[in-house]
Amino acid sequence: MSHWIIAPVILPALIAPIIAFVMRHDITLARIASVTGTLALVAITVGLTVAADSGETFAYRLGNWPAPFGIVLVLDRLSAAMVLLTSVLALLVLWHAIATGWDSRGRHFHALFQFQLMGICGAFLTGDVFNLFVFFEVLLIASYGLMIHAGGRERLQAGLQYVVMNLAGSTLFLFALGVIYATTGTLNIADLAAKVQAIPPEDSAMIRVAAMLLLVVFMIKGALFPVQFWLPATYANAPAPVAALFAIMTKVGVYAIIRVHTIVFGPGTPSIEILVQEWLFPAAIVTLAIGAFGVLGAGRLMPLLSFSVVGSMGTMMLAVAVFTPEATTAALYYLVHSTFAAAALFLAADLVKSRRPGGGLLVAEAPIIQNGLFAALFFGGAIAMAGMPPLSGFLGKLLVMDSLRMPAILPWAWSAILMGSLLTIIGFARAGSIIFWKSTALLEDLPENADQTDSAVVIVATKPATAMEVAPALLTLVILGMLAVFAGPITTYMEGAAAQLFDASGYVSSVLEPGQGR
Amino acid sequence: MELIVASGIGFLTAGGVYLMLRLRAFPVILGLAMLSYAVNVFLFSSGRLAVNMPPVLNPYGDATYTDPLPQALVLTAIVISFGMTAVLVMFALGAFLEAGDDQINMDGQGEELDDPDEEKDDLTETRA
Repeated sequence: MSHWIIAPVILPALIAPIIAFVMRHDITLARIASVTGTLALVAITVGLTVAADSGETFAYRLGNWPAPFGIVLVLDRLSAAMVLLTSVLALLVLWHAIATGWDSRGRHFHALFQFQLMGICGAFLTGDVFNLFVFFEVLLIASYGLMIHAGGRERLQAGLQYVVMNLAGSTLFLFALGVIYATTGTLNIADLAAKVQAIPPEDSAMIRVAAMLLLVVFMIKGALFPVQFWLPATYANAPAPVAALFAIMTKVGVYAIIRVHTIVFGPGTPSIEILVQEWLFPAAIVTLAIGAFGVLGAGRLMPLLSFSVVGSMGTMMLAVAVFTPEATTAALYYLVHSTFAAAALFLAADLVKSRRPGGGLLVAEAPIIQNGLFAALFFGGAIAMAGMPPLSGFLGKLLVMDSLRMPAILPWAWSAILMGSLLTIIGFARAGSIIFWKSTALLEDLPENADQTDSAVVIVATKPATAMEVAPALLTLVILGMLAVFAGPITTYMEGAAAQLFDASGYVSSVLEPGQGR
Repeated sequence: MELIVASGIGFLTAGGVYLMLRLRAFPVILGLAMLSYAVNVFLFSSGRLAVNMPPVLNPYGDATYTDPLPQALVLTAIVISFGMTAVLVMFALGAFLEAGDDQINMDGQGEELDDPDEEKDDLTETRA
């Protein structure tokens, strides 16, 4: 068992250079290697999740160095669920990219894709804040390449902004790590948890600075107000399958906040008290509002979806910000849901966008071939994202709202979530009716116009989507349905994950004590 | 020495932040490079400043030593920030060659908006 913990990091790390060096001239070979690797990753992560479901916290010590000195990877319910989520999402996105030919529109898609998976899995598994930084950089540098995949002026300019933003974030991360090391003398999360608890309140200035700096860094990754502004431009200009994969990248930020600010800087810490909650909660509300208004105001499809991602991050962070096991359970369920919901929307939008002459522009144009099918896909994704039954968004939002019953925050949280949902529904309904509905109205007007040469109302002759192209988007929607059907077992698992997360002493002892945790 | 190191980090950071807020790609790259220098020195000093001390324990005596871990961290940070700066330069070059200028700002006019359309009134610009 023990060596499998590092497999999600090693496997893509081995496959990526092979693809980059050996298979770079043969797209078929690269596709086979990439799909095989991702399938193996899914199998491994399923195994890890089953193993973690026992409730044990497994620590993997690289080189068998004792914990606070060597590097550790830690597998518990939360990190297992996150790597499983990553691998399943990656498989769907990869399928879509291959079926639609996105991967052959630029070079090195598959190598970058595998490096991205390596970084994401590493970030979820590491038990050391400095390694978290390193894995962040790995996933970021791969994401820079994926972001500008296939090139183009807009994309490169948006990519430049994205890189600058994240480099500034990385610098901030290093400052935070420097402060943490200077204050506590360790960077191992378990060791930090023990040492930060021992800091008396009167010496808290430095560690408070470190906690807040780290929070800002993770907020940049998670696209929370006031550092959310990179996300709409990046996601809107990235290739759509890449944007779908990026749905997990914002979750890395959320995961890091959940992990570090619960175990290390948790609410019971005497030197931190409720500092983190005080800032995170209002930020989440504003993020939710920005997302909702953005959905309502977007003039193109991709920015609209990007803003809906921002809104879902706000909803999730509301639940994270109260730092109770119930709310964290709700946040984790919503996290899984919103990842797949965003992916479903981006994949469906890619199918639509690539077939319309105006691209993602929200104007009525002649209907595309298979208008009904794409409308159904978009509708399904929109239902999930807006949080309407029967898909999992409804249950997710219900869980989040149910966990936010504390009188001090209930009016804020509930009104933000409910009004945000309403605005999102209106925004999606508007976009959907312009793209899919008004276009058929144009077609019905055709006999009255009687002008056959009017190019705006002639059905654009595009290839109909093959089953392979539609399948990933459809499968993502099926997964969303399954999330709703199996909400019971999933919530039970997430409850276990949250319980493990709030049991800081259990985490500390299984990582630090040599006999424990293998 | 503490004063020199601290004010050095401070000046580098201030300069880096100022340059990073410029609108052209080149000053922004310089600013990020300065910021990464600042953070490297900062990380280095997080293990306390010490002069003429080895970063290894001496088994033969009670010799004082300086903390080796920040040096390892700085090495990692230098490598990463150096690589990232190189990537950033390539991005800036790519954007410059594609767009013809090195503005960091995007003009907000997507290529998709270029086709003249009578329904343009329906359009709401989201990106400034």
